[in-house]
Amino acid sequence: MSAAPGAKTFVIDGVDASATPGQTILSAAREHNIFIPTLCHLEGLGDVGACRLCLVEVKGARRLLPACTTRVDEGMEITTNSPRLADDRQMTMQLLFAERNHVCSVCVANNHCEMQSMATTLGMTHVEVPYRFPALTVDASHERFTLDHNRCILCTRCVRVCSEIEGAHTWDVMGRGIQSKVITDLDQPWGTSETCTSCGKCVQVCPTGALFQKNRTGERRGKDPSFLPYLRTMREEL
Amino acid sequence: MSEKKTLATVWLDGCSGCHMSLLDMDERLITLSSQFDLVYSPLVDQKIFPAHVDITLVEGAIGNTEDLEKIHMIRERTRILVAVGDCAITGNVSALRNACGAEAMLRRVYGESAQGPAQNAPGKMQDIFVQLPRLFERVQPLHDYVSIDAFVPGCPPTADTIHFALSELLAGRVPDLSGVAKFG
Repeated sequence: MSAAPGAKTFVIDGVDASATPGQTILSAAREHNIFIPTLCHLEGLGDVGACRLCLVEVKGARRLLPACTTRVDEGMEITTNSPRLADDRQMTMQLLFAERNHVCSVCVANNHCEMQSMATTLGMTHVEVPYRFPALTVDASHERFTLDHNRCILCTRCVRVCSEIEGAHTWDVMGRGIQSKVITDLDQPWGTSETCTSCGKCVQVCPTGALFQKNRTGERRGKDPSFLPYLRTMREEL
Repeated sequence: MSEKKTLATVWLDGCSGCHMSLLDMDERLITLSSQFDLVYSPLVDQKIFPAHVDITLVEGAIGNTEDLEKIHMIRERTRILVAVGDCAITGNVSALRNACGAEAMLRRVYGESAQGPAQNAPGKMQDIFVQLPRLFERVQPLHDYVSIDAFVPGCPPTADTIHFALSELLAGRVPDLSGVAKFG
């Protein structure tokens, strides 16, 4: 068998595989139909390794590595599924739920939420760490959209789509650690932002109920980020 | 034929929706009922929780002093204790008041938006309702206070989910809903 020039050969879950130069573990794994859970990754956006759900074991590495931002190296031996990883992913999910107020039953994204369905996929039946129940705000100052900090998991998809695709960079993150939050412009009400073009891309890529369209609640609240790879491809071909 | 199991259901800080979902099993409930004796429940006229119960399903979170006394007593007297629904498991809607606290919530509900003696009452609202169990500052899930043997999430869990869980329990197994049940 001959490989393409520069191709990396590696082993994933005991199977020999190859990757193109610079390809991430996540991308290579998906090509081989291997499931690695993700929340912050979105096809068409740059990866930042924010959610930590995609951590995998790499032989020789002293810690777990995020599959979305780690490039495949020649001879790598990767494990994407193990009791340790299953425990780790469960705990990551539990910490996400405990950090803010994720009340699925009364959320605008109920039944249309990537976080909610990921909890089911990963087999989470309860949260063992104490819930924090922080007092957080909701910004409904924008004419068409609402930001609810209670549901935000700081995946930064909104920040990336606004910067990388729309080119407005209205969104960013301020604060550190538990104080971190997404902001518009210089931490001002969304409705007063001078850079926001009201394109709504941030709303479509948000995996939870943190960003939603005001007239799209109830059964019409589904989101559709499928425009992203399309836009990317069209621009690359120009 | 094996001996019938004793079953209890309890309603703490919740809306009774989980009990409604239990009844939504419809005729399947009649089929299952040959396998248990319902010894305590809001659905039957029994005032005292029995000394020994095989399976207890608990709906609702721990929101006040009475809930806490009950859950400790129930845990002592129950072999398999099951948290049913999101309130019991996460706090859910019952815990929406946690971010503002019990006093602020009482003042909003019975003070600002109500007519009557409590409206402009001085001092703490809780002191007005002396005959009622005291609210805790935070509503918390059951497993923050007692050990839980099985979790059945959902708001409410669907009748199908409860049917699966109860069937497993009656067959002597602990229901494993991981990968199936969802929150909300």
